[in-house]
Amino acid sequence: MTDIADNLMTASFWIAVLRIATPLILGTLGVLLCERAGVLNLGIEGIMSAGAFVGWFAVWQGAGLWGGVLAAAMAGAAFGLLHGWLTVSLGLSQHVCGLGITLLATSLSYYAYRIYFAKVSSPPTIEPFAGLGAPFDAIPIVGEWLASLTPLSVLALALVPAIGWLLYRTPAGLALRMVGENPAAAQSAGVSVVATRVSAIVAGSALMGIAGAFLTLAAFNAFFFNMVNGRGWICVALVVFASWRPGKALLGALLFAGFDAMQLRLQQGAGSEIPYQLWLMLPYALSILALVVMARRVAYPQSLMKPYRKGER
Amino acid sequence: MRLERRDVVPPQALVLAPLTAVAVTLAVCALLVAWAGAPVGRTYALLFEGAFGSRFALTETLTRATPLMLTGMATAVAFRARFFNIGAEGQLYLGALAAVAVGGLHDGSGFDLPVPLHVALMILAGMVAGGALVLGPALLKVRLGVDEVVTTLLLNFIVLLLVSLMLDGPMKDPGAMGWPQSVGLKPELEFTRLIDKARVHSGLLIAIGLAVLTWAVQRFTTWGFEWRSVGESPAAARFIGIPVNTVLLRAALISGAFAGLAGVSEVAGRAGYLTLDMSPGYGYAGIVIAMLAALNPLGVVLASIFIAGMLVGADGMTREVPVPSYIADVIVAVALISMLVATMLARYRIRRG
Amino acid sequence: MTMGEPALRLTGISKRFGALLANDDISLELGRGEVLALLGENGAGKSTLVSILFGDYRPDTGSVEVFGRKLEPGDPAAALAVGIGMVHQHFTLADNLDVLDNVLIGTEPWWRPMSRRAAARARLLELSERFGLQVDPSARVGDLSIGEKQRVEILKALYRDTRILILDEPTAVLAPQESVQLFATLRAFVEAGLSIIFISHKLGEVLAVSDRIAVLRQGRLEAVLPTHQADAATLSMLMVGRSIERPVRPAPMQPVAGEVVVPALSVDRVDVREGARQRLRSVSLVVNPGEIVAIAGIAGNGQQALAELVCGLRSPDAGTVRVEGKELGADPIDWIRAGVGRIPEDRQHLGVIAAASIAENAVAEHYREPPYARGGWRVDRHAIDQAATRIVADYDVRCRDIGQATSQLSGGNIQKLLLGRVLSRHPRLIIADQPTWGLDVGAIAWIHARLMSAAAQGAAVLLISEELDEIFALADRVSVISQGQLSPALPVAQWTIQTLGLAMTGSLTHEQAASDAP
Repeated sequence: MTDIADNLMTASFWIAVLRIATPLILGTLGVLLCERAGVLNLGIEGIMSAGAFVGWFAVWQGAGLWGGVLAAAMAGAAFGLLHGWLTVSLGLSQHVCGLGITLLATSLSYYAYRIYFAKVSSPPTIEPFAGLGAPFDAIPIVGEWLASLTPLSVLALALVPAIGWLLYRTPAGLALRMVGENPAAAQSAGVSVVATRVSAIVAGSALMGIAGAFLTLAAFNAFFFNMVNGRGWICVALVVFASWRPGKALLGALLFAGFDAMQLRLQQGAGSEIPYQLWLMLPYALSILALVVMARRVAYPQSLMKPYRKGER
Repeated sequence: MRLERRDVVPPQALVLAPLTAVAVTLAVCALLVAWAGAPVGRTYALLFEGAFGSRFALTETLTRATPLMLTGMATAVAFRARFFNIGAEGQLYLGALAAVAVGGLHDGSGFDLPVPLHVALMILAGMVAGGALVLGPALLKVRLGVDEVVTTLLLNFIVLLLVSLMLDGPMKDPGAMGWPQSVGLKPELEFTRLIDKARVHSGLLIAIGLAVLTWAVQRFTTWGFEWRSVGESPAAARFIGIPVNTVLLRAALISGAFAGLAGVSEVAGRAGYLTLDMSPGYGYAGIVIAMLAALNPLGVVLASIFIAGMLVGADGMTREVPVPSYIADVIVAVALISMLVATMLARYRIRRG
Repeated sequence: MTMGEPALRLTGISKRFGALLANDDISLELGRGEVLALLGENGAGKSTLVSILFGDYRPDTGSVEVFGRKLEPGDPAAALAVGIGMVHQHFTLADNLDVLDNVLIGTEPWWRPMSRRAAARARLLELSERFGLQVDPSARVGDLSIGEKQRVEILKALYRDTRILILDEPTAVLAPQESVQLFATLRAFVEAGLSIIFISHKLGEVLAVSDRIAVLRQGRLEAVLPTHQADAATLSMLMVGRSIERPVRPAPMQPVAGEVVVPALSVDRVDVREGARQRLRSVSLVVNPGEIVAIAGIAGNGQQALAELVCGLRSPDAGTVRVEGKELGADPIDWIRAGVGRIPEDRQHLGVIAAASIAENAVAEHYREPPYARGGWRVDRHAIDQAATRIVADYDVRCRDIGQATSQLSGGNIQKLLLGRVLSRHPRLIIADQPTWGLDVGAIAWIHARLMSAAAQGAAVLLISEELDEIFALADRVSVISQGQLSPALPVAQWTIQTLGLAMTGSLTHEQAASDAP
């Protein structure tokens, strides 16, 4: 118990929390946008891989860090567009298309990686995002933590209220919510369901791409296989836990990251008594628990996963 | 633009659809091959040759196809009842673990049984393990309405960690020089080889046999009717007295059992022991196979051979031309998406406004 | 009416869906400030025509002019921009959003960084005041009653400066008194400068509310006449094109003297709760063999819970439900085995398995029993096909072959298939939940005849219906359901439209009902 309390006091703990949480925040917000518009996007795991690869590759080719982020976002958007075409325009099963896109995006990334780095056993590294640094480190108490934040983390935190504003205070956000609840109502009000849904998916997928880029451009400094390691699926669970609200999504991501960061430290402390695999299982088990806890209470967007066929009798 | 359902689907369309999908796949992947700087024609030829072009290739393809048939069927059976079991990968590994536990631990001497009985027990253990794993998500769905996609998915990661745990500890093979692998099965328990000097094993026959059995059940029995109805119109199924939850659980358990059996088959038929990298994503490939086969068990057999062929062919091809073996995965992904689109266009017409 | 361009001019509108010609060369005008009724039975093409006006469909031929300017087809945004507003029969509202959200959708340019909600709220309240359509802008739509939801639906149209208001079967969800109030509100709209198209299949309303009547039959415009020149008989003839024999109730089987009659269905002080809401409150009901008992009421008053109870989909939270004396609960198999014939309201999603074949659906409730399944597991396709062929022939189900997917049948044929499935087993208790909604007059008469003949042969029939005509035609006894409570089931002769209407809105006491009897 004291171990836990001790850890909570250290800045390094909170720094780790943000580092773990950032891709989760971005990914969850991305899934949230898609699902609020009524579309399940199971392509996230693959899109994050693609974002990780493309972002890192662009930087390695000399695009600069923000150039890498932009490239990752565009890669995500491209896959999002494909998902939108399949599920919204053609009305195909959202589950299957999402899984197909995960497979496609991941395999394309690995294929491209192997083309350029056929023989190397460890990938070339890049110079990742640095923390904000001075003058933030002068601030008392939170200074060290603030200084460690990378711009992508700041972006992630800023996006939470921004997306909240978008959803609840703008006409675009209302249109997005309406197509997720009753697309026929939106269509009769002159809002194009297809355009709105596809836009939401593209925007959400761009965020997912950036989430992946965080892994190669900030958390680590190179791309390697199985990098995403289930983070995408965890985001899908977190969205349910967050009841599709941005504020709760942030909370869920931080809570989750908190547990993850804590178990890393406890593991080091407890030594070899408890096998490390059990610690690693915790994040996944927690996600399942989150889903179970929210099961009875959720109010799903009413048209989630129902394809909309305009004018079908 | 809107989609209008065709009143009558011409039979030509249903045949043309998969062919078009294959054509599109080959075209798209040709671009990727060109990007790698390799000659397209030769690459495809090598791929095909590596898959089916020699006795060795064929037997390798069939060997790789065996677990795919089982995970493909696992997925098809579940999806038909609209239970999206994405956990075949984990169920496969758990089945393998159970097989090793029953057949390999303590030199298999924990069970003093005649060999055929021991083999049967091993197979049963694997199927029960797979079914037990999927039972949790299935119950959560039926009782609490928790979406089974994410729960079965996350369990995959947990199971893999469990296997790693077991391989580090209780099931470690002491003679393996630190490389994490399990103790081997008692040699008598391994599946028999079907052909000399080839790796094809009796697991293939079990898989094909189960495919035919499943197809027959779905076509000729009331169980099949219940399955379909629950998957297509659960409310109407309940209305006519079908016990929807029971049918769903039944489908989920059978699905898990098939995936567990895939694990047993890999351990007992191919490797003889369990390692962490035993399955290069067979569970996930099962989903693609099920969709390509339109959830038909017999189609699953064919689709498995196709995909296994791609994987085996790619391994061979990549030694001759500078095309990464991941091309196989890309081919499979593109084939899936093309197949979905082509089938949709066969059933629906595109109309203006 | 003022001179100048008519509010709306349709010229030569045709629309085909596959083999069905829904609209056949229709030309029509709506004058400024007039109320035009669009009359026709179900399937005549009224909804299609109006959907074309509103931009949900594109016509195959023809054009629409609004105040003299051509309207871009197939684009709801264009229709809205030019002042066409529609109050849909099936509300286009999002339950999880509030009233203001539902009204505001689509009214602001999407790129605006902030919605002007305060101004919108004020305008909504002002409109609400002006036309007497009370709503709370912050209320969650899912929590509103059906009548309130309709008000929101109307306000949505008024909010957008509608000049041409289309109402699609608006009285389907209203009690008779509420309908009268709606007509008054329509007059207020006209005075405020709107032109109105009023769609209905009910002759009485159309005669009461409109200036002119346009009659559609099988996709064609049969006639347009000023209302003062029309009467029920002429309109009926125009609507249907032939006289439909009103089915006559065959003489009921006389019970054997001294025989104790066990009620086929007995519902005793049943409560049904759903979360915080009480769907049914101490409901009691008895249906005896050979009689038809009807439950009248507007949608949303507990019919669904009651229907679920008597179809075996739900158990009561208090009280009992008995069939021929035996208590049954939420297990459809028990109800099927007890010989109860259930015709659900939602024929597409509850009644039939859409993707299954017609043959399979014809025997669906007994798929596990001989002769359809041998040993309980082996399917005997031959037996199924035989039974299905007989049902399809006896019950006039129009289809290409019994192996095709049931989803390809029209609504009317699906209903006939359902009836065949149920009635061919000669059930002793029939539950008919809105059995004729959405069907044309011929099909309605046919179904009524079948139900009456089943009752004459001794079956007990429970009819749940929103159509007063149907209730008066079929029922022996009528009970009204209002806010989860059931009035006593009085003989049909003791009810009038007025007393029924009052009971529907919950304003009638038991004594009043009895004393108002002629």
